[in-house]
Amino acid sequence: MSKMISIKSIAHNYSGGSKISFDDWKIENGEKWLLLGNSGSGKTTLLHILSGILKPSLGQVEISQTAIYELSAKKLDQFRGRNIGIVFQRPHFIKSLTIAENLILAQSFAQLPKNLQRIDEVLASLNLTDKKNSYPNELSQGQLQRVSIARAVINKPLLLIADEPTSSLDDQNASAVLKLLLEQTDLNKATLIVATHDKRIKDAFTNIYQLT
Amino acid sequence: MSPLKISWKSLASKPLSSALNVLLISFGTGILTILLLASTQIEEKLNNNSKDIDLVVGAKGSPLQLILSSIYYIDFPTGNIPLKEANELMHNPFVKRAVPLSLGDNYNGIRIVGTDSNYISLYGLKTQSGKFWNADLEATIGTNVAKEQNLKVGDTFFGAHGLTENKDLHKEHAYKVVGILAPQGNVTDNLILTSLTSVWKMHGDEAHDEPEGKEITSLLIQYRSPMSVAMFPRMVNQMTSLQSASPAMESTRLFSLIGVGVDTLQWFAVLIMFIAAISVFVNLYNSLKERSYDLAIMRTLGASKTKLFLIVILEGVLLTLLGTFLGIILGHLAIELIGNYQESSQAKLSGFVFIANEIYLLFAGLAIGIFASIIPAIQAYKANISEILAKN
Repeated sequence: MSKMISIKSIAHNYSGGSKISFDDWKIENGEKWLLLGNSGSGKTTLLHILSGILKPSLGQVEISQTAIYELSAKKLDQFRGRNIGIVFQRPHFIKSLTIAENLILAQSFAQLPKNLQRIDEVLASLNLTDKKNSYPNELSQGQLQRVSIARAVINKPLLLIADEPTSSLDDQNASAVLKLLLEQTDLNKATLIVATHDKRIKDAFTNIYQLT
Repeated sequence: MSPLKISWKSLASKPLSSALNVLLISFGTGILTILLLASTQIEEKLNNNSKDIDLVVGAKGSPLQLILSSIYYIDFPTGNIPLKEANELMHNPFVKRAVPLSLGDNYNGIRIVGTDSNYISLYGLKTQSGKFWNADLEATIGTNVAKEQNLKVGDTFFGAHGLTENKDLHKEHAYKVVGILAPQGNVTDNLILTSLTSVWKMHGDEAHDEPEGKEITSLLIQYRSPMSVAMFPRMVNQMTSLQSASPAMESTRLFSLIGVGVDTLQWFAVLIMFIAAISVFVNLYNSLKERSYDLAIMRTLGASKTKLFLIVILEGVLLTLLGTFLGIILGHLAIELIGNYQESSQAKLSGFVFIANEIYLLFAGLAIGIFASIIPAIQAYKANISEILAKN
């Protein structure tokens, strides 16, 4: 199996002047990792670096043999759109668009053709078919978090990143979301990284990257 | 999903503030459209009516009044001039053609003009039915007069003394309609034409056969050569008791008088447009603060910085272009409405005329849209998405 993701000698200087460095990390295709750390330990920073949103001051990030920070800005945006799906702590959608349109948006920003069949398929797998033409403000938090999983996997990404996906949900919804994340990772043959300090979901993972 | 559609959906999700911006822009554009249409049409009509007349000679008084009464039939005449003196001028070598006018009567507010056959060739008149006036008390009427007063060839009517009132009827003599003019697109559409002698007859001048006692109102003069421009008006003003007035000069003077009002309104409209631009700017700037997270999400989904820039610019441009279109339509409707309520039929305005200059209004709308959205768009372009996402 080829190395799916690797980070090497990554360090970042915050604009305030403080510095943070991260241990090297190698992730194989299809693995599911938990990224653990207390708040302020740099979890979000590392996730942003991994997802191509934040260029580190030092070091290299390779995803599927592509050194992503050596790409041009436009290519990097496109790479992220096609290959990386992100689920945020609080689901966020474009309020003026319906659920289906928000998913079409994800396809078109990744410069992929509009594929309604894929949208139906993903919504069905997350049990959201009847919400297709609803607007984001008509859905509950739990439903919205499911839609944000749908958006993250709509383009069949190589890497699925979730930042505290369960911390604002109750027990029932949290375990449902976790289950869906794992399911969708397998379904789309992706690799999963979940950053959390939520003790409820730790047991589901065997691979853990601990921030200090 | 194209940036245009994203921008449109975003505007549609805030209908109130979008509508306010569109309304502001459309008011500004509407006023500009009205000014543009009205001044072009009035100028066109004025020029159309005076195009072949080089000079008007009449009694001393305001030259503008002389022009208004003798060419546009709006104001009162300055007075009468002796026919004898007029005759001398008509045979002056500088003059190619001179048309005598005798005003003073009306029919239901329509002016009755006593003149001779030179008037026909001056305006290039044609009849659509009947013939031109010839004998005394025969009248040829303009096409609008026939329509509005329901007059046909063979009908008779009584003239009334004065230019507007309908009280002092000349009951003893009735005019007979002998012809109706074809539409001319100028002032003659709204006149009743008859012979000079008919007008004199109305006022009981028939006793004198010699021209000494007779008077007319004014003379319309066409020059024989451009040389006349320099010599003839001075000659009239110095050598006779009459005054001459040039239609070209007087309409320029008139326009410079009206121009002050037009300029003021124009600046007012520009001010409204400016306020509208600021309103669009504030709207986009504020919504950008709320939407910074939206835009960051779009970036994580693969949208490039340029795309976000485009989305924000398009929102501004959509608002202002929509407002401009609406404003132009409103302006045309307003002009048509004004035209319908206009009393003076001499310069009736029409809203269904489009002029090339309106294209500049669209360009202006586009420019205002870009001007108002460029700063928010640059902010969207430069936004640090990692910071925005981390804050939430």
